[in-house]
Amino acid sequence: MEKMTFEKALARLDEIVKLLERGDAPLDDSLKLFEEGTALVKKCGLALDKAEQKVTILTANENGEVTEEQFTSEE
Amino acid sequence: MILSVTMLNEYIKRLIDDDMLLADVFVRGEISNYKAHSSGHHYMSLKDENGVIRAVMFRGSASKLKFRMENGMKVIAHGRVSLFTRDGSYQLYIDDITPDGVGALYVAFEQLKKMLGEQGLFDPAHKKPIPRFPTRIGIVTSPTGAAIRDMLRILKHRYPLAKVIIYPARVQGDEAPDEIVRGIAFLNHFRLCDVIITGRGGGSIEDLWAFNDERVAYAIYQSEIPVISAVGHEPDVTISDFVADLRAATPSNAAELAVPDMSELRAFLSSTNSRLITALTSLLSIKRETLRHLSSCRALRSPRFYVDDKRMLFEHTKQRFITAANNEIRRNSEKFLQLTAKLDALSPLKVLSRGFSVVSDDSGALVTSSANLLPGQRISVRFSSGSAQCSVIDTKDS
Repeated sequence: MEKMTFEKALARLDEIVKLLERGDAPLDDSLKLFEEGTALVKKCGLALDKAEQKVTILTANENGEVTEEQFTSEE
Repeated sequence: MILSVTMLNEYIKRLIDDDMLLADVFVRGEISNYKAHSSGHHYMSLKDENGVIRAVMFRGSASKLKFRMENGMKVIAHGRVSLFTRDGSYQLYIDDITPDGVGALYVAFEQLKKMLGEQGLFDPAHKKPIPRFPTRIGIVTSPTGAAIRDMLRILKHRYPLAKVIIYPARVQGDEAPDEIVRGIAFLNHFRLCDVIITGRGGGSIEDLWAFNDERVAYAIYQSEIPVISAVGHEPDVTISDFVADLRAATPSNAAELAVPDMSELRAFLSSTNSRLITALTSLLSIKRETLRHLSSCRALRSPRFYVDDKRMLFEHTKQRFITAANNEIRRNSEKFLQLTAKLDALSPLKVLSRGFSVVSDDSGALVTSSANLLPGQRISVRFSSGSAQCSVIDTKDS
């Protein structure tokens, strides 16, 4: 879900800016686009702020089953 | 007999120089204490587990070499042994030297590179693009060591949004190729990531050899998930680097290539915000200007004048209409009177009033001449007022 949001959010932002800069949309729509754009900028910024790196390591137990475990490096 | 030091040394030197084996010998050893002198001569020692011998290669012979000598390099040196009487040490005077073992590896590398290249494993058309915003990154490498630490650190700094999944594998030794292959296959089979990084930190060509392995090359080629190879230092090139969808000079470089830089993203967001505001502001000001322009037209500003103008026009037009209508009416009535007068003059009744009468016979036909009248015939005479039934007495032609 994060993938859909972030990457698509950036793509939509690009779209919105281009539409607004063309300047031929009616005023109502332009205002709506502006709102949408500002909200997206905020959302993406938040996603970046909140992001915490998750690292896991795949380990096989005695039965050969592989599980994902939290990874702690030795530093 | 007591010998001088010089005599002893000379004696030993002669012994050595006369020996056929020592005059033309191949020696296998490892270079240590290597020094390239400014004179162009190369001084070093050759050693193995149990011993060491001093050696020198003079500039003339060394200039023909295609590779650079360095400490730790395993070599086969050819030359002669002799005694340097000044310090009583014997050394190997090298006239030719080649890498040992490593030489074999180089040959293997070139041969494999040629074969895999012909099979199309390095084909640029087959290479897949690296996703710009990966959500998950798979790393097949040793879980210990500087390489993984550096990669994790850089990934965290640049793009913590991406989750990292490590498939631990040995990266040197005989078991390494298998483990690396299994790692790539596992990540592919369970679709655990959007991009794979595989590699290791710097080392000798033997250390890096797993990434020249044919099996690893095929695994990278067949991977449906894009693979970034990250082997050794910048000048180290392995077969994996040729097959991979993207080659990174080092593991750290791989981390940089795999993800966008968060600070760049923030800058992009910030500039996008500015562009939004600018675009809207300019739009608003254009609309405002349009409104101002329209509202400045006379009709809106002074409606009274506008109405007065229109009323003026109306009155004027009304006047013209009335005048024209009156003229038309007058013209028509004049004409009417004219026609009426004419009609009146031509009216037979008028003629009668002047004393004329209308004569018709008993069939009602008008009598205009006496020629057809017979005496005693009945005729009808109509006067201006009234009429009389008559009988003809006599006719006369005129």
